[in-house]
Amino acid sequence: MGGAQSRNILGKPYARGIVFNEPLIFERSRAGRNGCDVAKSPFEQKEISAGFAKGTLREDFTGFVEVSEPSAVRHFTRLSQWNYGVDSNFYPLGSCTMKYNPKVNEAVARLAGFTGLHPLQDEATAQGALRVIYELEKYLCDIVGMHSASLQPAAGAQGELTGLMLIHAYLKDKGNARKKVILPDSSHGTNPASAALCEYSTVPLASGTDGLIDCSALEKLMDEETAALMVTNPNTLGMFEKNIKRVCEIVHAKGGLVYADGANLNAILGKTRFGDMGVDVCHMNLHKTFSTPHGGGGPGSGPVLAKDFLAPYMPAPRVVLADGRYKLEHNPPKSVGALNAFYGNFGVYLRAYVYLLSVGGEGLGDISDAAVLNANYILSRLKGHYHVPYDGPCMHECVLSDKFQKDAHVSTLDIAKSLIDRGFHPPTIYFPLIVKGAMMIEPTESESLETMDTFVDAMVDIAEVAKTHPLSLAEAPVLAKMRRLDETQAVRNPDLRHKP
Amino acid sequence: MDYPDGLYYTKDHEWGMDENGILTVGITDYAQGELGDVVYVELPQEGTIIKAGEPFGVVESVKSVSDLYSPVSGEVVEINPDLEAEPETVNSSPYDRGWMIKIAMSKPAELEKLLSPEAYAEYLATLK
Amino acid sequence: MRYIPLTPEDRKTMLSSIGAASVESLFSHIRDEIRFKGKFSIPTAMSEQEVMRFASELAAQNSPAASAPCFLGAGAYNHFVPSAVDQLIMRSEFYTSYTPYQPEISQGNLQAIYEYQSYVCSLFNMEVANASMYDGASALAEAVLMACRITGKNEVVISDLVHPRWRKTVATYVLNRGTNIIQTEDHPTGKTDPERLLKAITQNTSAVVVQSPNFFGNVEDWDAVGKVCREKGVLFIACTAEAMSLGLLRPAGDFGADIVVGEGQSLGLGLNFGGPYLGMFATREKHLRQTPGRICGRTTDKDGKKGFVLTMSTREQHIRREKATSNICSNQALCALTTTIYLTLMGKGGFSQTAKNCHYAALALKQKISSVGNGARNSFDLPFFNEFLADLPVSADELNKRLAKKGAVGGYDVSRDYPKMENKILLAATELTTPAEIDLMVKTLGEGK
Repeated sequence: MGGAQSRNILGKPYARGIVFNEPLIFERSRAGRNGCDVAKSPFEQKEISAGFAKGTLREDFTGFVEVSEPSAVRHFTRLSQWNYGVDSNFYPLGSCTMKYNPKVNEAVARLAGFTGLHPLQDEATAQGALRVIYELEKYLCDIVGMHSASLQPAAGAQGELTGLMLIHAYLKDKGNARKKVILPDSSHGTNPASAALCEYSTVPLASGTDGLIDCSALEKLMDEETAALMVTNPNTLGMFEKNIKRVCEIVHAKGGLVYADGANLNAILGKTRFGDMGVDVCHMNLHKTFSTPHGGGGPGSGPVLAKDFLAPYMPAPRVVLADGRYKLEHNPPKSVGALNAFYGNFGVYLRAYVYLLSVGGEGLGDISDAAVLNANYILSRLKGHYHVPYDGPCMHECVLSDKFQKDAHVSTLDIAKSLIDRGFHPPTIYFPLIVKGAMMIEPTESESLETMDTFVDAMVDIAEVAKTHPLSLAEAPVLAKMRRLDETQAVRNPDLRHKP
Repeated sequence: MDYPDGLYYTKDHEWGMDENGILTVGITDYAQGELGDVVYVELPQEGTIIKAGEPFGVVESVKSVSDLYSPVSGEVVEINPDLEAEPETVNSSPYDRGWMIKIAMSKPAELEKLLSPEAYAEYLATLK
Repeated sequence: MRYIPLTPEDRKTMLSSIGAASVESLFSHIRDEIRFKGKFSIPTAMSEQEVMRFASELAAQNSPAASAPCFLGAGAYNHFVPSAVDQLIMRSEFYTSYTPYQPEISQGNLQAIYEYQSYVCSLFNMEVANASMYDGASALAEAVLMACRITGKNEVVISDLVHPRWRKTVATYVLNRGTNIIQTEDHPTGKTDPERLLKAITQNTSAVVVQSPNFFGNVEDWDAVGKVCREKGVLFIACTAEAMSLGLLRPAGDFGADIVVGEGQSLGLGLNFGGPYLGMFATREKHLRQTPGRICGRTTDKDGKKGFVLTMSTREQHIRREKATSNICSNQALCALTTTIYLTLMGKGGFSQTAKNCHYAALALKQKISSVGNGARNSFDLPFFNEFLADLPVSADELNKRLAKKGAVGGYDVSRDYPKMENKILLAATELTTPAEIDLMVKTLGEGK
């Protein structure tokens, strides 16, 4: 640890805590312990092997453990303490909308009337759950100005895939599924990957100098072999595509459809709707905009929503309301099929439903108000300290770069890791790809002014240290559980599992 | 930065060394420096026919993937067998032990379109 | 609104820092023609008290299978979950964190993923596993795509005793890729015939897909399937929809499977009306670079301390974009953690004993229904784990209606997917099944004799 780093960090009032050591669970195992006293079976316990061919039954339980319940609980509690969550502190991860995860959502999702429901039990015995699906589809359609929705996609990427499949199926029905999808160069990586799964080749569309879609460039690219344009609006620079209506017209004029990636929906709730912009199909990330937890990487939920002409192609089964009863329609003739075994991540979208009840229709605009105000505030305070590649008011997130720190050889990575020492989760870094050394900050509506001020102070402190002791930042983090990890070694010598 | 004499260069940062119509191909010192630690090199099978300017393989660092473009057309007659186990050779010895493939050139005249060490150095200067 | 901390005073301070007159002015670049001026159909905001009352009423409109005598399986099973599991996943440092892209402050999630990957490898006896997929069905679809990539071939042979919804998911994923799906007709005999697989394989076949226990609950012959695959030089994809069976049965990895996928719902996740569940995905080291999804690996930090990172990321969409091995980004991390905790608590002995108890209950159910003497009996004389197909003197629908009247949840009507299979029902039992519940089934079956 460098002395310079100690001077710059340890004298300051950043938090430290107790961090316990904890080995792999496999190293806690001792013969003769157990973490669950299994109930004795009330049934006759015959010799099982008689019923099976030789060599069918498992004898080898290598790799499984023997630990007591208290040891297991302590193990996972300690592991949890090595993580940083929204409940710990500010989580300004751009494009990820790390907002507060309300506790009433968790309480409702744990009601036995929901957790104990078997996906294949009789519809008559699951009316409450089917109503949740039916109403949530309706509410979500309303929010983005669409006509039909499916909650089946388990995450945003699967929603995207589904949306492109709807486009493919519709165009194919009309005679030509077409070959290409146009993507702005600022798009998320899932967009091209989903397009490839639909056998669409991707055509990049360079952003204009203002960071927005260049309509004349789009006009040149758009042709009758192009199935769709995929847009993110607000885009990944945090800017609203103000010509979106014109953009949609250009695509429609050549018979193509417009797909909107809903990753940044938190900026425009109650302000404007994809459907009214001219978008034909979109997905949402309920784990972003609608407050369901990210769970350390999932489960998410990525509903797909579309205009009525795409409704027949939606994945099945569909929930319909007939004579006051909710029913499942299993085989709509034009449906693209199924994305997973049942109805998607019910337990996740149930939380989003509860969130909507808590916020209310009239409260949606308040969310984007606060989200956009917060992002602009942070931008206004960091402006002189960090380079702003695209000026102008931002929406719910702002993008900065390390250009001012370049000469001191301080990179975005150093800034991110130095934030960790100051008690903050770093912003999204090195995305969007079109900004060198990008830092994408999304505060969400959940943050108080005081929290944002302490974050800004930490960012300013880092910018100052970059001038006076730039080398010390390359050492960060020094206060976290781990220092920087060797990712090259991880790839060159893959160690991907405990080998018993 | 090192760009040895006697080699041909491309704007995609490959180099080639001609020995009696067989071109040995690798990536330049500049390219390996930009990539960072090389962790994987994907090469074509011997016998593959490749065209000038088209991708013949992939080189990966921890967080990036780059296509490798062939400077000339021809048939791949040999690949560097050591790169599978030791891709880091591309970093430590880009012009020697880090070579990637040998191509039996079908159009040796294509060499004339490639850059001299001086021209490549000038090109690099424009990238700064 | 209790989720938004800004006061009017805060807003004033912030606007003045921004140099904007009003919050509204920050939206001025959204043109008026597309501004939303209507009213949403979403109800007016509810207090937490009102939300709880309303949601409890909705929950009360459901009669959950888990609170009733339940004989329904077919890809989702009602197992016991120790209390510590939910207590631990409620720790908000787990569930309110994002994907561990900043490893220094995500070691807990990363170590848990590493432990999960280790467990999945042990469950299936495979060499490498990823950090999870959405569910078993989509994991199978990804396995088929992966097999096509590895072999460069665009055809797959799949037993028609693979879960119907899983087959449908595979068909949907490959819809636009022109992949030829050859389905065998094995359902009349209840077990996949290796000879039939052998005949179905062509020179274009990339892989064979077999599920065990299969959709009818019967245990497949992994050894024979593995031999067919090796003989024909195609990849062997094995799957299971009931992970609890791995506590009793030898895993496909013992028999040379190339890719194994499974639904992990039985391992601590509850029924939850179909999700979130857990797609487990494992393969051989040699196929690592073609594997979809996130992978965690162990390495060291600057001080030489052991720690964990997400690794091999060049396979993934955020780097390789259209050439990525999959478009998956968010996975089912919290569900993978749940299963890791569950398997830790169950341990060697508990896992094996619970699997045995499921089997004992299913054997008792089989024996009791054939004792009714009205033609009800298991349809095939084949070894099964905790689920089997039964012949009935009436339609499955009729029996299920009778059971419903008694507050019980009947079995799965397979004629929905195999139209000729009438008067048959798929019945499941687990460690939670009681003798009284089986008596109820027997009594109900006997009615109308």
